[in-house]
Amino acid sequence: MTSKIYIPIDSTALSLGAEEVYRAILLESKNRNLEIEIVRNGSRGLFFLEPLVEVETNKGRLAYGPVDVSDVPSLFDSEFFLGKSHELSLGLTEEIDWLKKQERLTYARVGITDPIDIIDYEKYDGFKGLKNAIKLDPQLIVKEVTDSGLRGRGGAAFPTGIKWQTVLDTPSEKKYIVCNADEGDSGTYSDRMIMENDPFVLIEGMIIAGIAVGADKGYIYLRSEYPHALAVLNKAINIAKEKNYLGNNILGTNYNFELEVTRAAGAYICGEETSLLESLEGKRGMVRYKPPLPAIEGLYGKPTVVNNVISLATVPIIMDKGAAYYADFGVGRSKGTLPIQLAGNLKKTGLIEKAFGITLKELLYDFGGGSATGKPIKAVQVGGPLGAFLPEAQFDIPLDYEKFSEIKAVVGHGGIVAFDSSADMSKLARYSFEFCAIESCGKCTPCRIGSTRGMEVIDKIKSGKEQEKNIKLLRDLGDTMVDGSLCAMGGMTPFPVISALNFFPQDFGVEKKETSA
Amino acid sequence: MKLTEIQIKKIEQHVSAFKDTPGALLPLMHAIQDDLGYVPEDSYPIISKAYNLSIAEIHGFVTFYHHFRTHPVGKNILQVCRAESCQAMGGDEIEMYCKNTLGIDYHQTTDDNAITLEPIYCLGNCACSPAVMINDNVIGRVSKKKIDDIIQMTKEKS
Repeated sequence: MTSKIYIPIDSTALSLGAEEVYRAILLESKNRNLEIEIVRNGSRGLFFLEPLVEVETNKGRLAYGPVDVSDVPSLFDSEFFLGKSHELSLGLTEEIDWLKKQERLTYARVGITDPIDIIDYEKYDGFKGLKNAIKLDPQLIVKEVTDSGLRGRGGAAFPTGIKWQTVLDTPSEKKYIVCNADEGDSGTYSDRMIMENDPFVLIEGMIIAGIAVGADKGYIYLRSEYPHALAVLNKAINIAKEKNYLGNNILGTNYNFELEVTRAAGAYICGEETSLLESLEGKRGMVRYKPPLPAIEGLYGKPTVVNNVISLATVPIIMDKGAAYYADFGVGRSKGTLPIQLAGNLKKTGLIEKAFGITLKELLYDFGGGSATGKPIKAVQVGGPLGAFLPEAQFDIPLDYEKFSEIKAVVGHGGIVAFDSSADMSKLARYSFEFCAIESCGKCTPCRIGSTRGMEVIDKIKSGKEQEKNIKLLRDLGDTMVDGSLCAMGGMTPFPVISALNFFPQDFGVEKKETSA
Repeated sequence: MKLTEIQIKKIEQHVSAFKDTPGALLPLMHAIQDDLGYVPEDSYPIISKAYNLSIAEIHGFVTFYHHFRTHPVGKNILQVCRAESCQAMGGDEIEMYCKNTLGIDYHQTTDDNAITLEPIYCLGNCACSPAVMINDNVIGRVSKKKIDDIIQMTKEKS
């Protein structure tokens, strides 16, 4: 009997040696004359257990991990390929607590299937959403997405259905679907995981978007830091073309949709939608004034849907199971699920898809297992480099867009970076300004100049120079940037800075009382 | 540094391949850099003429993007992540270690032309920080020992 073994091909798994493990298992099976079929699946996102090797049995898939190349001979000695136990045995993969406690909707297939096997994709409910959508009037597709309560998962949390409605209602002979895959926020990797581990779900979401708003051309604007995702997406697009999911007369209908990947070039600002469009047009990624909204005048001046990877990849399950099914998850106006990415100084890091409403505390301690170093967690930054630093006193907050904005924080793209007690928050605040100075497009003054002045003011505060005056200046600068910047780059950089100052004044060398100016 | 005949020919081929592509500059610069290792400033007049753009527009475009380089690089590119998640796991120390061990700063190349050191802001490997990328390969949970291994590997390769 042939044993079926799964070894992930996700880039984080590869960064921990999954390729070497694959080669060692292949070689060992040949040396031992064993019939073994190896599938290169995606990662389940349990990165603390990667490289996670699975073996198919009649009870389900059994997991072993984290596997090092040096473990391979002993795995074979104990006949792991027959599902027998080994010191790295983790039991049935689906029963691993970390995974079992999740609600996987967008990530339903991630880690289970071979990413570029379209038959596998179809077997696990792939293209069901599209097949429902092509039978509907475009207005009804938009209504379904609106009713699901899906909001932009890239960070801005704007209702996806409303954006689509605007594009649908704007008459034009040419419209575009643009996928923002310029996932530049530190602490986030959920877009990368979808693109590498289940690329067809993104393709399906983009086709549905095209049908819904009347667009026949799509672009995936992919950051250049993701060479592996680029290769996977290009393969998947070619396969989808061969199967007539892309191209002309999709599945025998009158709908046409072309899709291509455009490589970005390492500018963080191009994650801002108007800057992204400028870049796609072959220009410097300078932020545009709004209005006009991209939904009315977007790429080459045409109505354009610009959505994040996760927003688009969530559309297929909404069209498959219905708006009500999706909206049933979550709390308040934060409907559905969010792929949460645990990063930084935590024992157990990885991707957790959960309904909105879970608290930071549960994520950091129940899932994350506390800090990796064993020291107390001092602060977390949620939502990327423009998100506020939250102290332990705020860890009871549930993940909910509105609850976060009440405390001047953002859920953003769902990335959570934890810092232990050794972190110097003034250094991180200074870094926020430095990052803004490096990445600013330079169009508006508060962002271009404010970021550099901000670094200087922090240096003065830390050196004890006229502290009271400089703290006031720092707060003034923060207000100017928040109120006067053209986009979120300059407009949100003060969030991490001011939160660091408010909650950790001692790191700036100042007493608490002086900071409340 | 003057372009060789072969380099000019390659640039001209890429320029003509993207002539009818909307937003051509982005894929064009990638093609040139993938091929030659950098985007030579001497390519600007060729592009300028073919695409009816000013040299200033092309220069402005290339220098806006961190990914594009206007000077040749070493045989290998080591990119060290400087973003928050890596900082939370001792990325600063890895950064210093790379600079000290290689004896170069960011955007510089070792004397033997083996490694160019670059900063990068997030590799999407934040679950296994600190991270670096050597050419197209991401390495997670990087230690000083792993940096030594990477450097050794590039030496053996060359």
